[in-house]
Amino acid sequence: MSNLDAKIPEGPIAEKWTNHKNNINLVNPANKRLIDVIIIGTGLAGGSAAASLAEMGYNVKAFAFQDSPRRAHSIAAQGGINASKNYQNDGDSDYRLFYDTVKGGDYRSREANVYRLAEVSGNIIDQCVAQGVPFARDYGGLLDNRSFGGVLVSRTFYARGQTGQQLLLGAYSALSRQIGKGKVKMYNRHEMLDVVIVDGKARGIIARNLITGEIQRHSAHAVVIASGGYGNVFFLSTNAMGSNATAAWKAHKRGAYFANPCFTQIHPTCIPVSGDHQSKLTLMSESLRNDGRIWVPLKLEDAKAIQQGNLKPTDIAEENRDYFLERRYPAFGNLVPRDVASRAAKERCDAGHGVNATGEAVYLDFMDAFIRYGKEQAHVKGLDGEDKDLVIKLGKAVIEEKYGNLFQMYEKIIDENPYETPMMIYPAVHYTMGGIWVDYNLMTTVPGLYVLGEANFSDHGANRLGASALMQGLADGYFVLPYTIGDFLADDIRTGTIPIDSPEFDEAEKKVKDSIATFLTNDGDNSVDHYHKLLGKIMWDKVGMARNDKHLKESIVEIKALREEFHKGVFVPGKDEGMNTELEKALRVSDFFELAELFAMDALKRTESCGGHYREESVTPEGEALRDDENFAYVSAWEYKGEPSESVLHKEELKFEFIELKQRSYK
Amino acid sequence: MNLTLKIWRQNGPKDKGRMETYPISDVSPDMSFLEMLDVLNESLVAKREEPVAFDHDCREGICGTCSLHINGEAHGPDRAITTCQLHMRKFKEGETIYIEPWRAKAFPVIKDLIVDREAFERIQQAGGFVSVNTSGNTQDANNLPIPKVDADLAFDAAACIGCGACVATCKNASAMLFVSAKVSQFALLPQGKVEAKERVLNMVHQMDLEGFGSCTNTGACEVECPKEISLDNIARLNREYLCATLSSE
Repeated sequence: MSNLDAKIPEGPIAEKWTNHKNNINLVNPANKRLIDVIIIGTGLAGGSAAASLAEMGYNVKAFAFQDSPRRAHSIAAQGGINASKNYQNDGDSDYRLFYDTVKGGDYRSREANVYRLAEVSGNIIDQCVAQGVPFARDYGGLLDNRSFGGVLVSRTFYARGQTGQQLLLGAYSALSRQIGKGKVKMYNRHEMLDVVIVDGKARGIIARNLITGEIQRHSAHAVVIASGGYGNVFFLSTNAMGSNATAAWKAHKRGAYFANPCFTQIHPTCIPVSGDHQSKLTLMSESLRNDGRIWVPLKLEDAKAIQQGNLKPTDIAEENRDYFLERRYPAFGNLVPRDVASRAAKERCDAGHGVNATGEAVYLDFMDAFIRYGKEQAHVKGLDGEDKDLVIKLGKAVIEEKYGNLFQMYEKIIDENPYETPMMIYPAVHYTMGGIWVDYNLMTTVPGLYVLGEANFSDHGANRLGASALMQGLADGYFVLPYTIGDFLADDIRTGTIPIDSPEFDEAEKKVKDSIATFLTNDGDNSVDHYHKLLGKIMWDKVGMARNDKHLKESIVEIKALREEFHKGVFVPGKDEGMNTELEKALRVSDFFELAELFAMDALKRTESCGGHYREESVTPEGEALRDDENFAYVSAWEYKGEPSESVLHKEELKFEFIELKQRSYK
Repeated sequence: MNLTLKIWRQNGPKDKGRMETYPISDVSPDMSFLEMLDVLNESLVAKREEPVAFDHDCREGICGTCSLHINGEAHGPDRAITTCQLHMRKFKEGETIYIEPWRAKAFPVIKDLIVDREAFERIQQAGGFVSVNTSGNTQDANNLPIPKVDADLAFDAAACIGCGACVATCKNASAMLFVSAKVSQFALLPQGKVEAKERVLNMVHQMDLEGFGSCTNTGACEVECPKEISLDNIARLNREYLCATLSSE
């Protein structure tokens, strides 16, 4: 079926990782000093890997396009990090975390990788606490947990609404310590523009110094890419402005297969788009769905009046509101998984029931929570539980304590007080489960080239559960790569420094310089953003939350045509010397165009619905996503052949030996 | 809205730099300040001019990249936010807005509104960590109970995003609030106690080497800090420093 060997160790699932660690090659401490490793990206995955490898003795060169490793977009994660510690004594275990993650991913992830993730999850918490990460604690001084979507236990560790920030600062502190010791050479404001393959192995990169514009050659015995996801292919997403796919895409073009590019997570609770000037979307934590109820007006004329500004949500009587998640999914209600909630909101808005001037928003209403908490407080304090104004006032205080920072953030952006009127929310692109194909060792199809974190594909299948991204990034960087990379590097103890004057480096450098020169001499009229926005529109309209054969075929043609227009019509001011922010964008967007085409091809090929990938042709009679395990229980891994349209599909069959495949139901 | 922008333009570190005037129209009050600059840059590119370079990334107030001095205030007129969270509704029709980079000797300008904050990196590298290697064998996290009050205070200090507003707003360009936030986080936690003395001495020494000014307790940093890091941290830093100096050999 394929030439892909995932190198999954033999044995029972709970013993695979231990057995594997016992049997792979190691590099002795003295020899580690002779070996160089390049790491691209310094978020949770890259930052933790750089620190760990340097502590072990390797010479590390780390690269970040930001001005500090601490600014990688892992910093923006809000909710928390999962670990199967079972501190709450609610029956959690490695197996349960493994099971929830595979099921949540709609059975499209690799069992062995996910089990390992669950197995090391507890160590991550120990490690972070030892570093001084200030997790939330209870009054007994022990660590606190909360619950997240799609699971039945409380296993999420958190640091207020800034868990990503605190974990990243932990990894950053470990990294800073190694930079201070000289074991990591840190290249801030440097962007990798190509990977260099020598004798079939990844042996270096071409990077651009974003301050001086200098094109540099860097060699190493292995290259690790941890550059995050590609959500910005949609232009509007919850990603940072600089988040890009260039490092991953260049690796793909040099021989690393790209897996499941169509698996994208659309997060249901984001602040809606307000106009054409919008540059990015802001997430409101999933935790809000614990207390907020989602609704739209039942009557079309009410929806229209709201869109035109003639009615307010508070004018709509209870019987004229459609709490559509509670109606469709009585068992899970407002707490259905992200993919299900997003699609249901889109369905209502497409039917004309949306709110906001754009008609693309639904309400997230806290009034019932105000009353519920208020009555509780009135009872506790011995006050009059029938006094409605008092009850609501008391309830608002409770909500403020739980979500105050989110309510404030909403008010700053929308200029409406969410304590007085329901919030408006709409789904937005948030995370990409797809990424570069890696084997059990996190190595790509190119020997010596490793990919970690969101940039790889292996752990989240077709839908990621909340609080699992941070877990995967740190697991890969702290606890997986440091072991598995030794297996490859053990052969390089006598290799010596890789020279940078080889023809392979010449070729790669020339290619980068040529593409920069082409952009700077192009006689076009439009800005990079102009084309990026058009690309995002095609992706959102035709390759977004609901996909079908006709739209996908159209999108492939349109993306290709727009790519040609982009290369003819883009204008990039300035020079290659010195800082040139427009040139940086042009190089990134040019890769997004190629990736977008492969993305649509992958979505077209997969005619089943699974997780975040919803094909309108594969739906149950009740309108729910219908998986096709007989034909699609595989990872699609695409090989680059000169043009995205010529890419060749390889399949890694997914075998489920430890979990029984079931159709997900949240009714 | 119609506005007049006065923006600092500087081609590179060696260029002298100057204020330039740009009229801008059709600004929506719902735009963020950086989206307003995006619109300006689109119009500059359309006229084949170089856009204004400014630092930004997450645009949700947490990465600490954005860094503008707006009408003489770090991160603009609103409180407890970063520039990317500032919205145009905070300005009046017809207003003239002055936009400058962070001004400090230790933060040299790279281009236009972008400054070099590597000095902060070097301070972190001098001691902003707990010396614990990665391993799967650290003790179980719950073997180290920490009083909630201490954990919460440590979190308040750890919330610093390293943007540099404290330095930019200080008349002495002092980095005391930034350094004190990191020193405090570890001083409040048992994990940080072992190296507390060396940490504070090394970080303060590096801060002085970088050319930041001294603290004269004006409190301006606390006012402009987007994460509302408290001046109490500076007091804690001073105490830590004093104890370390008195007890060192």
